[in-house]
Parts: sequence; structure tokens; C-alpha cells
Amino acid sequence: MKPIWIIAKREFRTFFDSLAAYILLVVFLGLSGFFTWLFGSDIFFIGQATLMPFFSVAYWTLFFFIPALTMKMLAEEKRSGTLELLLTKPITDWQIVVGKFLSVLMLIGVALLLTIPYYISVSMLGPIDHGSVWSGYIGMLLMSAAFTSIGLFASSITNNQIVAFLLALFVGVFFLIIFDVLASSFTGTIAYFFNYLSLSTHYESISRGVMDSKDLIYFFSITAIGLLLADTVLSKRNIVE
Amino acid sequence: MSVTVTNLTKKYQTQRAVDNISFEVKTGEVLGFLGPNGAGKTTTMKIITGFMAPSDGDAKVNGISVLEDPDKVKPLIGYLPESNPLYQDMPVLEYLQFVAELQNVPKNKVQDRIAQMVKVCGLNVEKHKKINELSKGYKQRVGLAQALIHDPEILILDEPTTGLDPNQIVEIRNLIREIGREKTVILSTHILPEVEATCDRILIINDGKIVADGTSESLRKQAQGQEVLKVGISEAENKDQVIEAIQKLDTVAMVDPIKDENFTFLVNSKNDASSRKEIFQMCVKNNWVLFELTPIETKLEDIFRELTTN
Repeated sequence: MKPIWIIAKREFRTFFDSLAAYILLVVFLGLSGFFTWLFGSDIFFIGQATLMPFFSVAYWTLFFFIPALTMKMLAEEKRSGTLELLLTKPITDWQIVVGKFLSVLMLIGVALLLTIPYYISVSMLGPIDHGSVWSGYIGMLLMSAAFTSIGLFASSITNNQIVAFLLALFVGVFFLIIFDVLASSFTGTIAYFFNYLSLSTHYESISRGVMDSKDLIYFFSITAIGLLLADTVLSKRNIVE
Repeated sequence: MSVTVTNLTKKYQTQRAVDNISFEVKTGEVLGFLGPNGAGKTTTMKIITGFMAPSDGDAKVNGISVLEDPDKVKPLIGYLPESNPLYQDMPVLEYLQFVAELQNVPKNKVQDRIAQMVKVCGLNVEKHKKINELSKGYKQRVGLAQALIHDPEILILDEPTTGLDPNQIVEIRNLIREIGREKTVILSTHILPEVEATCDRILIINDGKIVADGTSESLRKQAQGQEVLKVGISEAENKDQVIEAIQKLDTVAMVDPIKDENFTFLVNSKNDASSRKEIFQMCVKNNWVLFELTPIETKLEDIFRELTTN
């Protein structure tokens, strides 16, 4: 457990050393604030005390930002050789992957915590469904976990950060849009299958305030599979043929 | 603590980077790993440190297999990889702290160890800078400091003196010598005088195979086979007289006059014999003046070239 924490701590600190964290926080808060309060279907336009506009913007912002945070995490370590340095210390591949995963989740956590003032001010404007706000936040975290593990997997299979970024977006698009589209163009079991794979379906049902174990299992499995794949790719160097 | 490598083989596709090598390094021994680029030095080191699994064979540290029990072996080893990878955007002290924590240095000793490493590796002036602001030599010292921070029993250094200026090289060599008194050190290098200056034993590897193993003296002897002396004699009437006299000595196998120098000869002794005493006595007997008597040593460079070029 300790090595995981040491890795997570270092990565988290690196975010703040490299401006990445500040840019993420400013843009995330700025964009979501702008669309929540000022523009488009903001809450004054809807005329309801709800955080729905915030969540739908945050959803897309994180979709782009998480791959940007994860792209260098393993790719850069492999390119510069620091991975060799890490892996010859008493730490396993799995601990490195999980440590890095946690650091991203921590940063997303900080970003979401900073949006609590939105929640408080909206709730002062009118009656708000507290349950759906909290489930919205939980959905946001679950989605971030899934994207982070996809991003880490993408970063594990290449030495090139840009490739890792694009690959993570590419896989992300499948879960966010393409499976959804496929589900609506088929019928029966196939439609059900694609519908189950689609991340947006599960996200929507959670953010509506319905905590179904089916959705939780979905997010946890995506996260676990992404992390396991990243771990497998890292350990490939160790396979005795 | 000893390092034992048995029948180690590493294949990359069809190429055998390391081909069935076995050797042992004992406690307190400094082993120099020599070989041309691509001979398999780095691969062997990567396997011993547990970064890479071999295709066949095993490496054991203190009897513990790297393959089966990497978690027990890794804490015993301090490793400086070939290109000295470092987290460039971290300040030196923060980086050393990170490594110390990863190496399970007890919390109350972390600061002590860092201070000691800063002192030993001469990092005091630069310790607050970010690593990417350091010169190559200082980066190399940071690399060495991180390898030493948990006071490992075994130190594996892949080309530790690349990029250092001559003064730094001497400092680092002294440091390695000092560490090598109690610890086991394996270091690889291209620089031949470095091996002679720091290592107790030399292992020359070529095309993944061990081609020589021994101290620098024993390698020389092995390569040369017999003693060769450069002998200068004056006050003699003519060359042939001298050659004849030397040839008569029991221990001498062959005499050759050196072309451009008058009255200077190359004398090859018979195997396992020395002719120095005999030559001196011969000169005394004939009333000749012996103005030069130098043993000609085969240079390590020559041995290296002979063993590693086909």
C-alpha cells in the first residue's frame, strides 16, 4: 500500500509543479461555470435550481482533460527510462499503475470539490434535488476513474505522448458516442449489448439519481480492465519466452 | 553479499544478446564489466536488477533468485542505469526523498541519509536546483546518490563515469573504491584505464559470451604468455656478440635487435621464466653497461582488441 501512496503523492505534486493542475482547474471551473451561469441552457434559461448544465459540461471537459493528464504518465517514463529506475526499486508494476491512477483521481476530486460553491449558490436560488446532485458528483468520479484507466492503458502501450492522448480519446469516443449510436441502430440483443457497453447510458442513469448496482459494476469493471491491461503491458518485458 | 549468475541467456527475437554466461561476484569485490557496444553488458545488468527477465538461466543475490523473489532482491541492490534517467522536473532534494521513501528507508533516517548522500556525492551547492538545471556531471552524481541512498549491499553501475570531467572521474572512482571495500560492486565501462584503477576483477564480454575473466595482471599474463624485456646494452664491440651472448642464456627463448635503436634488443623469455637476473649477470661478466631493462607489458587495450574483434 505504501509504495502506491508514494507514487500517487509524487504524481500529484508533479501536476502542480508543471502548471498542468492549474490549467485543468482554471479551465474546468471556467468552462463549467460559464455554461452553468452565463451561456446557453444555463440555469436562468432553464429556470430551475439544478446542476444538470454543470454536469453535462463537466462531462465533456473531463473527457478531453483526463487523456491529457494520463498521456505522459507511462509513455514518458518509458521514453526517458525512469520506468527502469522505478521498477528496479522494491515496487511492483501494479503498484505504479494504481499509484498513478489515484493521483489523477485525486486531482479530479480537487476540481470537483472546488465546484461545491456552485452547488451552494444554486441551492440558495430555489429548491434543489440534493440526491441528484450527489449522485451527479459520484457519476462524475466513476466516469473519471474509467477514463483514467483507459488513458493509462493507452499510455502504457506507446512511448509517444501524443499517440497515447489520441488513442485514449479514440477509445473514449467509442464508450461515449459510438456504442450509443450502434445501440440505437440495432434492435434486440445486439442493441441491448451496445447499450450496456455505452458509458453515457450508465452515466445518465446514475446522474438521474438512480444508483443501480448494474451501473456501478459497469464502471468498476471498465476501471479494473483498463488498469489490468496497463499492468499487463508493463510486465510484458518480463515474459520468459 | 554475493551475486551468482548461472547460464544466463537473453534472446531478442533471433539475436542472442546474452548467451549462456555464468559468473560469480563475491562480497567486497569490484567487478569491471568490459565489452564493446552491444556486447550484452547492459542486458546482463538489467536482468540482475530484476528489470528484465532472462530467456533462460537465473541470477541470484545472496542465494535468492531474482526471478522467483524479486521483492527480496530489489532492496539489496543500488542501481544506476546506463543513460542515468531522472525525473527532470524534480528538485534534487525532493527526488532523493522520493527514492529514499520508495527504498523503505525508515522515516526518521530519511533526512540523515539524504544529508549524507549530498555530502558524499558533492551535491551541496546544487541541492535546491531542479534536476534539469544541473550539468551532466552533477546529474550523474544525483544518479549515484539515488543508487546509494538506502545503503545497498550490492551496487550495480552502468557506465558511471560518462559525462564527467577528469577531476570528477577521479572522485567517483575513489568513491567506488571506497564503497567496494565492504560492498559488492559491478560496474560496466568502455574506459579501460578506469577498470584498472577501480576493479579487482575484470570480465570481458563479447557477443553475449564471456571471453576473459581475471585480474588485470592475470589477463596480461594470459595474453602474453611469456616475459618480454627491452634490453639496452652499451660498451660492447658489436651487436652480434651481444645477441649471441644473450641467446646462450638458459632462460631466453628469442632475441631480436630493435631496428632504429642501436644496441637495444627485445628478449623473449621461455614460458614461466624470467631472464632479468641472467642478463644483468651476463653484462657484469662481460664488462658491458646495462642502460635499459624494461619489461614490456601488453596493454589492456591490446588484450581487449584481441578478444573482441573477430
